Amino acid sequence: MTLTLLEVTLLVPLLGGLLLAIVGHRPIAGWINVAVGAVTFGAALAMALEVFEHGPQLSPSRMFYIDAFNVYLVVLTAFVGLTTSIFSRPYMRHEVERGRVTDRRLRLYHSMYQCFLFSMLLALSTNNLGVLWVAMELATLTTVLLVSLYRTPEAIEAAWKYFILCGVGIAQALFGTVLIYFAAESKLGGERDDTLLWTVLHGIAGGGLDPAVITLAFVFLLVGYGTKVGLVPLHNWLPDAHSEGPTPMSAVLSGLLLNVALYALVRVKMLVDASLHTNLAGHLMMGFGLLSFTVAGLFLHRQHDVKRMFSYSSIEHMGLITFGFGMGGPLATFGALLHMTVHSLTKSAIFITVGHACQLAGTQRIDQIRGLIRTQPAIGWGLLLGTVAIAGFPPFGVFISEFLLLMATMKAWPWLTIPLLVGFGVAFAGLFRHVQRMVFGEPPPGQKPVAANMLPVVVHLFLVLWLGLAIPGFLSRWFEQATVLISGASPL
Amino acid sequence: MGIAALGLYSQAIILFAALALFTSFIMLAQARMMPLIFTFAWQGLLLAVVSVLTAIASKHPELYVSAALTFTLKVVLIPWLLYRLSIKLNMQYDAEAIEHPTLLLLGGVALVIFSYFVAQSIIHLSGLATRNTIAVSIAIELLGMLLMCVRKSAVAQVIGFMSMESGIFFAAVVSTYGMPLIVELGVAFDILVAAILFGVFFFHLKDSFGSLNVGQFNRLSEANQPMPLRDAAGEPSPGDPS
Repeated sequence: MTLTLLEVTLLVPLLGGLLLAIVGHRPIAGWINVAVGAVTFGAALAMALEVFEHGPQLSPSRMFYIDAFNVYLVVLTAFVGLTTSIFSRPYMRHEVERGRVTDRRLRLYHSMYQCFLFSMLLALSTNNLGVLWVAMELATLTTVLLVSLYRTPEAIEAAWKYFILCGVGIAQALFGTVLIYFAAESKLGGERDDTLLWTVLHGIAGGGLDPAVITLAFVFLLVGYGTKVGLVPLHNWLPDAHSEGPTPMSAVLSGLLLNVALYALVRVKMLVDASLHTNLAGHLMMGFGLLSFTVAGLFLHRQHDVKRMFSYSSIEHMGLITFGFGMGGPLATFGALLHMTVHSLTKSAIFITVGHACQLAGTQRIDQIRGLIRTQPAIGWGLLLGTVAIAGFPPFGVFISEFLLLMATMKAWPWLTIPLLVGFGVAFAGLFRHVQRMVFGEPPPGQKPVAANMLPVVVHLFLVLWLGLAIPGFLSRWFEQATVLISGASPL
Repeated sequence: MGIAALGLYSQAIILFAALALFTSFIMLAQARMMPLIFTFAWQGLLLAVVSVLTAIASKHPELYVSAALTFTLKVVLIPWLLYRLSIKLNMQYDAEAIEHPTLLLLGGVALVIFSYFVAQSIIHLSGLATRNTIAVSIAIELLGMLLMCVRKSAVAQVIGFMSMESGIFFAAVVSTYGMPLIVELGVAFDILVAAILFGVFFFHLKDSFGSLNVGQFNRLSEANQPMPLRDAAGEPSPGDPS
């Protein structure tokens, strides 16, 4: 049962992508996009319930493996994919009316949107580290033409940078995968074809894969997947790609792709930890995470483009999550998993609101977006509440996860709470010095409301608020299962 | 163990791997576009030959698939694509100035030594006849990366990128007799799609910037903020196909 559901989850976006490649320019394409997203989400949810009741599932061919850790990311990916497609319908219609997107590009956009979701779902559900790499690269390839969708020189430059940097980065991850294969093969013998399966590797990791090879492999994998997570100093592509592409793309890149890349990194870390018996991988991730967190927080202050600003905020939060996973331990892992969820939901809601705000003001420049709350209160309040949530104010969920991460830090590395707290303050100031003026300032004359669908934003922010007030029992048990998988102990 | 003590196949493998490494250095110093593309094709051919030799010597017939993939992609399709595009974009006689060639080649040498140092810690695991070549494969990968870093031309960057991929593919062949088939096919598919996308980008770059020199990219650097005022509403770009 579960496996057929998994097949539906994977095949529907793929077939949807093919269908939209043919009819993606028709007025109905926006609705098809939404329908495909809805079916995918339904299948993912049903699959999650199945896994929740019966535990991890391995497909008969052993190609796919679903456990508590990846199934919740599958649901999250399908969910944000759905809500963003709801937002993208009026947004793209507005872009067509403004003449920024032609029929051909609209077809490309719709088709690649679904192919991108397919590649992420494949990356999450596969059991094979090699296929994981292939899917991650596919995610780059499907989005690179979307970043350059508007064909402005800036967009072309951003897309080229994205392509080259992520391509080089992810090539390092392939080399790391080869090295892991090398280590496993010298342990298992070369006559098997299942040596790259994660379940097999995890089974033998405790028995000692060669530490020298595994260490080397992890360094390559950290650089490779770390580039896609957007860890400083490999983050250069991220603000450009987020700011120059169409806004629905920014929402899924920021809310989903970064998570998937981090998921790959954490999977590998589980192998490395089991075979090294030291915390080397964790320390590396903590270092990179803290550096990203600090640097991105500072960069928030000097941004002039609103989408660029929020992409730096994404780097900051991914840094924090990486730091949390690196610290290990049940509490930190639980906090990091929760933070992954709430960051995804909040950040995609913010990008959706920002997309509408930019259409309203006709520009992405912060100093020209003014008076949102007076011109169109829904957008103004959406942006304000989203920013309040992402900055980590109670009662939103981001506060809870950041608090958990702080608690874990205080227990394990008391001195590191100081840079964390300073970082929170710096990021908070960086966000609000810009957002406050955009929301409350005097609106320029002649600014008119635009057609906006705020439903996704309301749903996302409501979920984040709910997670902040009370984490539902099934969800916390789910996170707990995932935490036990990753850190080996329960936080509760 | 001296070279002469090795079997004939092992000697041949080491010879061809060394030649492939040599082509990496040629690419590093080659300023003109056409010879650069041809050198890349030669490197692909040498690596394919090593794969075939390894397949024969180790009796691993699945390596023929790796060799065939390398040959199809790196010797035929990608060079042909780049060649066609260069002619179409009228840049077959282009050459770019290479800054500090001596320093660059010395840097390349340093990378090779570094690769041997890295490989030293892992080759003890491998009883394979081709273990000397692990260092060479790492070196080819790193030299490809160096090529991407120092060149400003989009074509040279693509060649550096593909050369990196060749190095990694080669590492998989010589260290583990190739990855599982599904992974190899997936990687080959990704590389093929990447090559086609690069081709699409050449046209976009030419349309937007008038050349394939990516060294002039400066619109998005942090140092240049605030950017010159631009209207996000923009007009549809000229030369739109539809």
